[in-house]
Amino acid sequence: MTMKSTEIQITDPVIEVEKLNFYYGSTEALHNIDLQFPRRQVTALIGPSGCGKSTFLRCLNRMNDMIDGTRVEGSLRLNGMEINAANLDVIELRRRVGMVFQKSNPFPKSIFENVVYGMRIAGIRDRSVLTETCEKALRGAGLWDEVKDRLNQSALGLSGGQMQRLCIARAIAVNPEVILMDEPCSALDPKSTARVEELIGELRENYTIIIVTHNMQQAARVSDYTAFFFEGLLVEFGLTNQLFMKPRNKQTEDYITGRFG
Amino acid sequence: MGEKTLQGKSMKKFWRIGEPWVWVTGAALSTTLLICATLIIVVMVNGLGVFWPSQVVSLKLKDGRQVAGEIVKREATALGDGERIQLKVGNRDLYGMDFRWLDLDQVEEKTQPSELVVLERQEYGNFYGYLQDIEAPGLEKPQTLDLVGYFHLVRENMSSQLEQAEELDQRMAKVNRRLNKTRQELLELNYRGKGPDSPQFVDLTRRQLVLREDFEDLVEQQRQLAASLNRFQATFADVSGREKTMPLVEIVRLYQPNDMSVGSKILFYLAKIKELLVEEPRESNTEGGLFPAIFGTVMLVFVMSLFSFPLGVIAAIYLREYAKDGVVVRVVRIAVNNLAGIPSIVYGIFGLGFFVYGIGGAIDQLFFPERLPTPTFGTGGILWASLTLALLTVPVVIVATDEALGAIPAGVRDGSLALGATKFQTLVRILIPMASPGIMTGLILAMARAAGEVAPLMITGVVKLAPSLPLDGEFPFLHLDRKFMHLGFHIYDIGFQSPNVEAAKPMVFVTTLLLVLIVLVMSSFAIYLRNKMKKRYTYSAF
Repeated sequence: MTMKSTEIQITDPVIEVEKLNFYYGSTEALHNIDLQFPRRQVTALIGPSGCGKSTFLRCLNRMNDMIDGTRVEGSLRLNGMEINAANLDVIELRRRVGMVFQKSNPFPKSIFENVVYGMRIAGIRDRSVLTETCEKALRGAGLWDEVKDRLNQSALGLSGGQMQRLCIARAIAVNPEVILMDEPCSALDPKSTARVEELIGELRENYTIIIVTHNMQQAARVSDYTAFFFEGLLVEFGLTNQLFMKPRNKQTEDYITGRFG
Repeated sequence: MGEKTLQGKSMKKFWRIGEPWVWVTGAALSTTLLICATLIIVVMVNGLGVFWPSQVVSLKLKDGRQVAGEIVKREATALGDGERIQLKVGNRDLYGMDFRWLDLDQVEEKTQPSELVVLERQEYGNFYGYLQDIEAPGLEKPQTLDLVGYFHLVRENMSSQLEQAEELDQRMAKVNRRLNKTRQELLELNYRGKGPDSPQFVDLTRRQLVLREDFEDLVEQQRQLAASLNRFQATFADVSGREKTMPLVEIVRLYQPNDMSVGSKILFYLAKIKELLVEEPRESNTEGGLFPAIFGTVMLVFVMSLFSFPLGVIAAIYLREYAKDGVVVRVVRIAVNNLAGIPSIVYGIFGLGFFVYGIGGAIDQLFFPERLPTPTFGTGGILWASLTLALLTVPVVIVATDEALGAIPAGVRDGSLALGATKFQTLVRILIPMASPGIMTGLILAMARAAGEVAPLMITGVVKLAPSLPLDGEFPFLHLDRKFMHLGFHIYDIGFQSPNVEAAKPMVFVTTLLLVLIVLVMSSFAIYLRNKMKKRYTYSAF
């Protein structure tokens, strides 16, 4: 049984998770997760490899539907709307809950086309709307000054850090409420990592960010709240400062102090 | 101890480093390239020289006879005590054979007289000899021109009449077609039970009479024109003096190769190439042009691609993107891969049974019952041949598309779906463009196969000589029930089914060269497109 260490009450959570169970075939990957994500804050999900944090993240925008043989039980609500409902419009969900992946995956198109992709598939074709939103998104991702003169060049010509920021711009162009980030800096060099972390801090003003990271220092630097996962269970959740300074749970403390990876 | 192992036995090292394998793989690659190069060079050497107007020789033999012609081959005699030559003597109507073998020691004198004339004719092949006389009523020979010049002048004058003759031919063909149509309509009425007293029957019969009258009229006109043209005659003599008079209409070309400068030879060569590409074949396909065969081949490839390309790509998309992974999908993949290995003649037999007799027969029963037992679609035609070849090449396209889609990194799919795209949008906007180089490869392979396969075509619609093209100016313009000609089959036909194999040999090489060139051009274009797409859509390494 999990120890309910979520003693914090989150007022006005953007996502509520209640008794979430997740199965890959017959293996239970997530067990009885109860969690609430605070609005317009950065929440970090930490834990050792294989503890289920990425799986959990992908439940939030129903990306696990792509994998055969998966099963979800329990309740997942975005602003009160049930995500796990059978008749949910998954397309609409994915517009409201965006995702940035570990390995940046820009499309083999121009930078402009990458950023406006989300809008095009939503049916927006007005050139002025697209151009305006593209600039806004690129500014929001801190990429505008670097690419404003080459919007029509291929996105594949950018550096690693720029590509990841492009993916972030692409995600915020559709104006989501929540941005999920799955280890976004693990493939980047320290300088690009610092840039992206800075960006996350700026994005917090407008979006809720949920970031999975295996780098505890990053979690400490970037997040307001932290959740610690271990072997499919949510062990502890709280304010980052509190969790790192005075963890309530022994497992948490062991992980943070590096007694196991 | 270290010193010893570092220097080591060099033999052991030789095998361990793998140097012999470098040599073996290099040798294998070189051998393959050498074989390909040899093939192309042999075809080119034999094919390119065919149209070059070579020297004509006049030989005086030791027994007093005189022969003339082109030296085609030189080789050692069977006994090995000298050389012998193969001489193309032409004049099949005079000698009964085109070629002669002569031992070189039989030859007393060899000359290359510049007045020696070569004729290309509508019948009986080439003629080698001298121009003796021209009969051209109404056209005087000017003093300034020699006999050969006079010949060309007369020909020029005849050209307007020749055009008239051609026009007449076309009009007759048109009337013929209309007659055919009325006949078919009558058949249809008959079939429907409308007897000779029905108004449509009377109307059609009247129309038929009018058309027949027109036809008779045209036949008379043609006869008169032919008679008028036949008044122009030329008399030639071969080198031994035998004379032959022939109407000028039968002569396609006259030239004096011993008298031609390099410039005029080049012009001659180009003229022959033009003839090859735009004219129809004559003399049982051993002379003349290849236009209908070229047209048939290109149209076949086109129609086949129209069927196999969309079918293959869509099937592969379903297999890769939509079908649930499992035993069924794996079995289907294995089946498709094996389909690509089935011998093409098997596809031909299947095409014959299923398409020609099965579906074609059914179409005939439903839509053209009045014409039976004469089949319309129930016999070979370009539609069935294209479908058969499409079946043959669909596995290639499926496999190529499947592999291309599978090579796309999963991150791109995830990225698109995470932005709220449907699977279909992801496919159309991202996956298919990224897979297009691979898909183009599949199409290239399919097209090359269609241009080259002959066995299945022989049973589903290719003929030696097609009366008309499958695409022409009369409604419905595209005649998918017509039989057609094909370059691959043409090669087989000229080389092995022809009554005069020796005379046909040059044509075989020329046709082979042309086929190789056409496939090369199509493939190069497709490769160019593929490379362009590759640059745009492929992911650079991370």
